[in-house]
Amino acid sequence: MSAPNKSYDPVEVEAVKPDEVARHRADALAAIAAAASLDELHQVKIAVTGDRAPLALANREIGALPPAARAEAGKRIGEARGAVKTALAQRQSELETERDARVLVEEAVDVTLPWDRAPRGARHPLTTIQERIADIFVAMGYQVVDGPEVEAEWYNFDALNFPPDHPVRDLQDTFFVAGRDAGQGQDPAGTGSGMVLRTHTSPVQARTLLAQGAPVYVVSPGRTYRTDELDATHTPVFSQIEGLAVDEGLTMADLKGTLDHWATAMFGDGVVTRLRPHFFPFTEPSAEVDLQCFVCKGASVGDPDNPCRTCGSEGWIEWGGCGIVNPRVLIACGVDPERYSGFAFGMGVERTLMFLNNVQDMRDMIEGDVRFTLPFGMEI
Amino acid sequence: MRVPYSWLRDYVALPDGTTAFAVADKLTQTGGGKLETIERVGEGLSGPLVVGKVAAIEELTGFKKPIRHCQVVVTAAADGPGSAADPQLIVCGARNFAVGDHVVVALPGAVLPGDFKIAARKTYSRDSNGMICSARELGLGEDHDGIIVLPADSPVGADAIAYLGLDDEVIEFEVTPDRGYTLSLRGIAREAATAFDVPFQDPAGIQTPEADDSGYPVRVEDPAGCDVFVARTVTGIDPRALSPLWMQRRLQMSGMRPISLIVDIANYVMLELGQPIHTYDRQRLSGPIVVRRARAGEVLETLDGGERRLDPADLLITDDSGPIGLAGVMGGASTEIHDGSTEVVVEAAHFQATSIAKTVRRHKLPSEAAKRFERDADPGAAAAAAQRVVDLLVELAGGTAEPGVTVIGAVTRPAALTIPWTYPGRVAGVDYTREEVERRLHQVGCDLEAAGDDDLVVTPPSWRADLRDPNDLAEEVIRLEGFDRLPSTLPKATAGTGYTHAQRIRRRVGTALASAGYVEVLAYPFLGQADLDALGLPENDPRRITVPLANPISEEQPSMRTTLLPGLLAALRRNVGRGTADLALFEQGLVFHPRKDAAPVAPRLTVERRPTDEELASLDAALPRQPRRVAVVLSGLREPAGWWGPGRPAGWQDAIQAARIIADACRVELEISQDQHEPWHPGRCARLAVNGRLVGHAGELHPRVVAELGLPPRTAAMELELDRMIPAEEVLTQAPGISSMPVATQDVALVVDAAVPEHDVEAALREGAGALLESVRLFDVYTGERIGEGRKSLAFALRFRAPDRTLTAEEASQARDSAVELAASRTGAVLRS
Ligand SMILES: [Zn+2]
Repeated sequence: MSAPNKSYDPVEVEAVKPDEVARHRADALAAIAAAASLDELHQVKIAVTGDRAPLALANREIGALPPAARAEAGKRIGEARGAVKTALAQRQSELETERDARVLVEEAVDVTLPWDRAPRGARHPLTTIQERIADIFVAMGYQVVDGPEVEAEWYNFDALNFPPDHPVRDLQDTFFVAGRDAGQGQDPAGTGSGMVLRTHTSPVQARTLLAQGAPVYVVSPGRTYRTDELDATHTPVFSQIEGLAVDEGLTMADLKGTLDHWATAMFGDGVVTRLRPHFFPFTEPSAEVDLQCFVCKGASVGDPDNPCRTCGSEGWIEWGGCGIVNPRVLIACGVDPERYSGFAFGMGVERTLMFLNNVQDMRDMIEGDVRFTLPFGMEI
Repeated sequence: MRVPYSWLRDYVALPDGTTAFAVADKLTQTGGGKLETIERVGEGLSGPLVVGKVAAIEELTGFKKPIRHCQVVVTAAADGPGSAADPQLIVCGARNFAVGDHVVVALPGAVLPGDFKIAARKTYSRDSNGMICSARELGLGEDHDGIIVLPADSPVGADAIAYLGLDDEVIEFEVTPDRGYTLSLRGIAREAATAFDVPFQDPAGIQTPEADDSGYPVRVEDPAGCDVFVARTVTGIDPRALSPLWMQRRLQMSGMRPISLIVDIANYVMLELGQPIHTYDRQRLSGPIVVRRARAGEVLETLDGGERRLDPADLLITDDSGPIGLAGVMGGASTEIHDGSTEVVVEAAHFQATSIAKTVRRHKLPSEAAKRFERDADPGAAAAAAQRVVDLLVELAGGTAEPGVTVIGAVTRPAALTIPWTYPGRVAGVDYTREEVERRLHQVGCDLEAAGDDDLVVTPPSWRADLRDPNDLAEEVIRLEGFDRLPSTLPKATAGTGYTHAQRIRRRVGTALASAGYVEVLAYPFLGQADLDALGLPENDPRRITVPLANPISEEQPSMRTTLLPGLLAALRRNVGRGTADLALFEQGLVFHPRKDAAPVAPRLTVERRPTDEELASLDAALPRQPRRVAVVLSGLREPAGWWGPGRPAGWQDAIQAARIIADACRVELEISQDQHEPWHPGRCARLAVNGRLVGHAGELHPRVVAELGLPPRTAAMELELDRMIPAEEVLTQAPGISSMPVATQDVALVVDAAVPEHDVEAALREGAGALLESVRLFDVYTGERIGEGRKSLAFALRFRAPDRTLTAEEASQARDSAVELAASRTGAVLRS
């Protein structure tokens, strides 16, 4: 605020004398020190720094001094005002600390009280585990492909080198769409529609080869169906994830490396796979894949004192099937087997979830009980 | 396939100390057979258990049952001529033996299965220093009454555990469908010999006589179904002859029940060589054996007593009387071997696998024989197997082999394949040497011939019909060299582009719903009439047109779902039943709609070449449409009650909000309007649309549906077709310009007819307010006397902002007035004073 423009009056210049300034300064500091509360300090602050405060008044008088005296007086008063300001801030801080110690304690609450006003949700672990697996393969450059669940027999069986009289092509193993004549005349067995609920996700691979040709690197997760009775370890509706790579010069060693990479990415460093000869119509050679137990790494074998629940102390877990794509499949899908070779692999998602997350009963995955699903959250 | 380990060792010179587990484990690695279980027989059995000879029997009387006090010689020395020294005194309750019989004696100190300890004791007032054993007491089975009577040549004093083979192991192998030859000791032994690199003694490697015309007459009318038929005749069989103990024992351990000597021999040879054998009582045969297909109306009583109505595709064994057997599957009752049979015709034939498999399925008649034929039995084993049966009938049943040998057809081997010798290595990614490749193919039984420097002409053996392609041969080399020789290399996939737009959205929708408190359910995708009725769907509702299954899990739900709601509501009810009341569930999945005018059958295309695009299109045209839907159901409280106050019930608003959440995740504009659609409450049902196209419905369920399904009151639901929500092209969000100028806020309250949708009023305000409008937000709805019956007041907060200047109060008011004006003309809204 600008000082009123007054004419020179020697009487009032008293105020800038050193003694006076020192006295005002001491009075102000005493008042500050005496303030017992933040409110009192506020009043003191107005009294010692406001427009009518002695030091403020003195400051206005500097202009009345002869020019030679102004600098010294200005310095003196400035120092006094600075000291007052410092004392105010210090006292303010002291009093606030005192108040915090008292008042904020009174405002204390029980922070352990629940506040679950927004309900929690979760995605099904069968969904998220498929995504996690797909992520691993996408990171390797694979595509994720989908296909229909009601599938033509040709895609589900014929194109995959299942002969027409293969035993699974029967109502005992495979769900068939009821054709128009099911159970009578032309179609006494009821399998005549040429359509099934896909028994594996492999028909998607055939579709991909037919649509894209080679080279391809794809995984297809999804729902599959077989006529198993529902029990603790079987369900007629289940999920698979399958992979297919067709390119020039692919070998079983490449298959093994791919599975090892997947095992490590999913189950931890150093977890490897083991192949055992097996038979599938759509691969030749074919193998079953064992996964080294990611919990005990095989240490539980022959050590009855430290049994392993995950692998049943066998050191290996049966995981899925794999093999070199049968050249007959490539031919049916329009890929030249002289130029290209490929590998394929497939795993049961439920089974993987069972040993990865210790699910005890397959039924828990299909009943939709929220108590089962909630702990899995958004990702697995 | 159950393999007694001691039997297996008859044919393979395994190194001493090789355990059954070591063999089973190795075959699991090489693919010769997959270890299922190893069963230790004679578990809990320990000696002294010896072969004894009954020297004297004293019949004791005066007890509840007849009892014998026997003297049994149990040492070889005591069995000398004229010597009866040191016999053991043993009390025995069985009566099926006589003085001079050889028996099994458990001496004091022996322990029998079941922790049955044998000790010297006094019983029936006599000393008894051991026990004469029955088959059951030794864990040999339940079949025989009384004690075991051993052959007269059994060595007295010998260790009976070794003599009877009581200490053994049985390996159970899983057999893959391509390796039918391992359904035999012969096949497993060959694999074991290869795996351990030791000599193999082929039990089929025996001399067989030349065929002639004097054997039992056989005519094969269907050589495609039966390419080899060997018949031999044995006469003069002693019908009282019993199967030797060792044979019974091996059959038992292999999982077969001993029945009678002739049947046991047939089964034994089948297990040994993998060649199913059928035996006919020659006196019951009339005329020549004829192999042919069944004729319409023919009936056969099989030897399990069942009456089989035959199908013209069934391959039969017949004679003048008509059908006498389902070829390769089961014999008929009329020519069956019986207790008094003395003359036997032995059949060892080879039948086509698929024909047998179909007959088995048609008649639901699995058998050990059929199991082997279905997996391509070895046609080359027929003659040897017939010879083995003849030899055993002569040796064990006192029979005489008739000289006539009937052999119809000839053994064919699988076609030769030409492969570069490097081919297995190329498939494996391993540099096998030529020697390794040739050695392995030889071990499998192939004949090799070099063709030029690079190629091998490989002729598979008669028992390997599965070796049809170069890759089959590659597999043999790779598995026998060991899968552990495969290095682990990672191919470089072609550069990928990650997830598709639609895949990303589907994941985003799931995450968005879960973040909003929904729990995902994956229900079975089946439903039935009752489910659709419960939803109150009208007769002509398209959701009633379903894809039916020929063999559904349950007759109540015979079709594929056309809506996700039944499955979700069932899960909701299950949760409520288990005590969880506050629920918000969602599911993403396919529904199935038959295509109009679809072909009734999806054709079976060729596999010899790539089908044409037209052919492939014909498949997809037959398949049902399978769009992906997403649905939610809610009941109970959406926000729980707590110390903060009461909860908020879930309702129609939440169901519609779920659609908004999904639309957000899809980045599309959701259009919501009033509708009436089953199964929703007619006054609380929202039509959901995108770009004017219907995508689904949401709201509260109809009270009748709620009652019908036993759902909590006011259960709400939303279902929409996700595929219609996903824009064909990815929508790129345009970043908005952010103005830092101050905002001007104007509130308006508008009174409209109760029937006017808020959406319409808000849209009119938005449009009328012009470019300065930043946002409109409804903050209150009021109905009551002060504004009159049938009216409602909607209070909106309008925010205005200019990009480049501070708005004046006049500008903001002007914009508000034009907004109100448009709302008034569009919806009849009146500014509330
Ligand atoms: Zn483990």
